[in-house]
Amino acid sequence: MKTQEQTLDEILDLAAKHFKVARAKLGPDDDFFKTLGIDSLQALDLLTRLENHFHVELPDYELQGVSDFRTLAERIQARL
Amino acid sequence: MEIFQGRYLSWETQEGVIEVALHHGPCNEIGLLALEELEKLSSALQSLVHNAHALIVYSSLKSGFCAGADLRELYFRSQEMEKARALEGVRDFLERIHKVLNTIDAAPLTTIAAVHGVTFGGGFELALVCDLIIADKMARFCFPELRLGLIPGFGGIPRLKRDLGNGVVRDLLLTGRSFNATKAQAVGLVSQVVAEGEALRVARSTAAQLAKFDRRTAIAAKKFIKPIPYHELKQEIDLFCQLFVEPAVEAGLRKFVENTAALPYLP
Repeated sequence: MKTQEQTLDEILDLAAKHFKVARAKLGPDDDFFKTLGIDSLQALDLLTRLENHFHVELPDYELQGVSDFRTLAERIQARL
Repeated sequence: MEIFQGRYLSWETQEGVIEVALHHGPCNEIGLLALEELEKLSSALQSLVHNAHALIVYSSLKSGFCAGADLRELYFRSQEMEKARALEGVRDFLERIHKVLNTIDAAPLTTIAAVHGVTFGGGFELALVCDLIIADKMARFCFPELRLGLIPGFGGIPRLKRDLGNGVVRDLLLTGRSFNATKAQAVGLVSQVVAEGEALRVARSTAAQLAKFDRRTAIAAKKFIKPIPYHELKQEIDLFCQLFVEPAVEAGLRKFVENTAALPYLP
């Protein structure tokens, strides 16, 4: 099973690759809406990519109020 | 009309397949313009079906298949008139869109929704009238209407109940959460999940396969296995109109229109 740090790394890799942001510019505590510059449709896109990548279901309401990569990793880790 | 080019949608028929493209930004929201052009399609189907065995509906927009009813139009139009007139307008809209969707649902050919990205609310309901849903793996399905104090109004609940187990219907409706394509396939909603950007190609390939079968048998089989839940559809319109006059709806619509949150669709 992945550790939470591995999960976090994979999230950052995926976000950097898909939204074409330098990986080095992304930190665990960054607000991903601001760092990635994404709107609501792109946030949905990210949610779907994460579900597909980790093979988990992430109900939208579990992510309400979540805006940093570290908490996102915690939510995913809880479903692995 | 073999070919139609509208502002909301276009269609053309090639080798027995009617392809309907939705192309009205930001994400094919269904308002009066969409309704008028969908009514044109519905009328044209009467003659189009003589030379076609399949119909594919898809979106040519990157944002997704369809984000549902045009809530901004609904809110601003409702604000312009008295409550009783607004309600009459809503009922008229619902009756017209139901007529269109019932026609597509029962059309004597095989219908395929090729969906990607956002497939929410009325967009989900448009996909649900089709015989098959082929989904890009990035598609997402959701009925967020409860956050507005409403239920889906374009036939969503009766058609979900026709196709899926009641537990899944309750999950979708009562939580307002969205399902990805894999989940939608697991519960029996989607027939095929395909790679990004491949839904239309696979829909075309499926339509080509359908051409190999006897047309009259396919029509008879469809009629036998896909009854239209007319009574529940009518009940849905009544319930929607009953809820629409509640103060919570106006507040919910205003909140949506004014919302700048990153995830405004969330209940």
